[in-house]
Amino acid sequence: MNWLADFFGDPANWSGPDGIPLRLAEHLEFAGLSLLLAMLVALPLGLWIGHTGRGALLVVLSANAARALPTLGLLVLVVLLMGVGTIAPVLIPLVALAVPPILVNTYEGIRGVDADLRDAAYGMGLRGGQVLGRVLVPVALPLILLGLRTAAIQVVATATVAAYVGLGGLGRYIIDGLATKRYPLAVGGAVLVALLALAVQGLFGVLQRFLVSPGVSGRQKIR
Amino acid sequence: MGRLWQGGRAPAGDQGMHMITFDDVSKRYPDGTVAVDGLTLHAPTGEITVLVGPSGCGKTTSLRMVNRMVDATGGRILLDGVDVRTVDPPTLRRGIGYVIQQAGLFPHRKIVDNVATVPYLLGWDRKRARARAMELLERVGLDAGLAGRYPFQLSGGQQQRVGVARALAADPPVLLMDEPFSAVDPIVRASLQDELLRLQSELNKTIVFVTHDIDEAIKLGDRVAVLRVGGRLAQLASPAELLAEPADDFVREFLGRDRGIRRLSFVPGDGLRLRTDLTVPVSAEAASVRGTAEPWLAVVDGEGRPLGWVAREDLPDSGTLAGVPAAPYGAFVRERDSLRSALDAALLSPSGNALAVDGAGRVEGVVTRDELDAALARAAGGARG
Repeated sequence: MNWLADFFGDPANWSGPDGIPLRLAEHLEFAGLSLLLAMLVALPLGLWIGHTGRGALLVVLSANAARALPTLGLLVLVVLLMGVGTIAPVLIPLVALAVPPILVNTYEGIRGVDADLRDAAYGMGLRGGQVLGRVLVPVALPLILLGLRTAAIQVVATATVAAYVGLGGLGRYIIDGLATKRYPLAVGGAVLVALLALAVQGLFGVLQRFLVSPGVSGRQKIR
Repeated sequence: MGRLWQGGRAPAGDQGMHMITFDDVSKRYPDGTVAVDGLTLHAPTGEITVLVGPSGCGKTTSLRMVNRMVDATGGRILLDGVDVRTVDPPTLRRGIGYVIQQAGLFPHRKIVDNVATVPYLLGWDRKRARARAMELLERVGLDAGLAGRYPFQLSGGQQQRVGVARALAADPPVLLMDEPFSAVDPIVRASLQDELLRLQSELNKTIVFVTHDIDEAIKLGDRVAVLRVGGRLAQLASPAELLAEPADDFVREFLGRDRGIRRLSFVPGDGLRLRTDLTVPVSAEAASVRGTAEPWLAVVDGEGRPLGWVAREDLPDSGTLAGVPAAPYGAFVRERDSLRSALDAALLSPSGNALAVDGAGRVEGVVTRDELDAALARAAGGARG
């Protein structure tokens, strides 16, 4: 507890290039950009595969690859290949980490929509795109958001590795703290990452509440 | 509202007779399975045509070929004179009401918006579409208070009514109903069937209705098409004809037991001769009727409504009939009910006679066992000829 007080109580930790606001901004930049890129890849792909049923094998392969892929190893490999200097090397492994949960959940969400519902939608005269956009996505939304949330939390937690290759972010505190045995720094950094992950969790809770129809979440009580 | 499909039209004289025509229609899947084999059938305008048969007889496939949820591989289907294959499927489907077994309501939309699905697709403004939806909810017997709810808050029977309302929303001339009432319990099913018949008497849609339940087919159909496995038409007839003269053993077996009794449902009861001398008011003195030769008398109240049967031997020496315990009775509405109802009414009375009542429930007279015997004999004779 004293370590935390030391870390958060030190005014030097709240300003300057090594201060918490800047490190947090860096961390959010890595995580946010990675998540955005992963969404741009995985959401359309997941929707398309779930809707058409074509390319389902890709989803399975991606899910398995994700479990096997060591993020840190990939990061080191990318740095070796591309060199340091830009943030690109850290984005690649983070995107690779975020794509599978988004892809798998989006695909499963769309594919899992009741066949009768799909049938009714086509039978009413909706076109393919309308069936996807007006029926399948709203109904699959809880699962799609779950995928995004899982990806976001993993990315926020894992973005600490950026510090391994000389970049900033909250990982800086942890790695520098451990390397120089300044434990308040390491513990403070770890707590910040954990808090950020909780904040992301909370944010998705709010999103879920606003975006998912009460008819799907079953939230609305019978009056 | 204008027509939704604009293809080559059939000669004018052909229109208005058969809204839907199956012309030698077949469906053969790539693996060689034949779902429908050379089906030729007319669904007359404004009537309910039921497709019935065991599973694997191609009834659902046949239905789904009309709105191109499945495309035929042979023959053609004409909808109001237009080959459905020439119409873009979504456009075609917006002009055809479609009701499926599990209702298939959109869970994320409120009931009112579910019903307004097709009007929205057709570009109606929101206000008009919702007003139309509210009108239809009332029409199918649902409380307006349900409009703001979500499907999961409704019972299966209510959801199915919403499904019917949704199919009717854009006022299509044709309704396709694919086992719509199979997933609800028998009591709800019966009320949904009655509701459909009531709606149909107001709307006169051309309905093609698929079921595996022959009793449902007989209850709802103006015409019933019995299909056999492999998608071939075994018989197409009115329910009464079907029960009286099944085309072959398959149809006979499919119709099941009690065919003779069930056929009586289609023999009107208004031809039965009534005896009016067997009815006595409850205020009558017992002594005044003791002399009758009849073993049973029907007692009615001051307004002519039935109270029950009294046996001659139970009549007291004095007092009115009010003091005499009345035995249970069965009654049928003469102007509306069938011979089957009359027979049923007779079997519910210890006297073996049926009470005929008018629409207001007042006794018109008594149908005796002898008269029922004669009517049954006439009905049986009709079956032969």
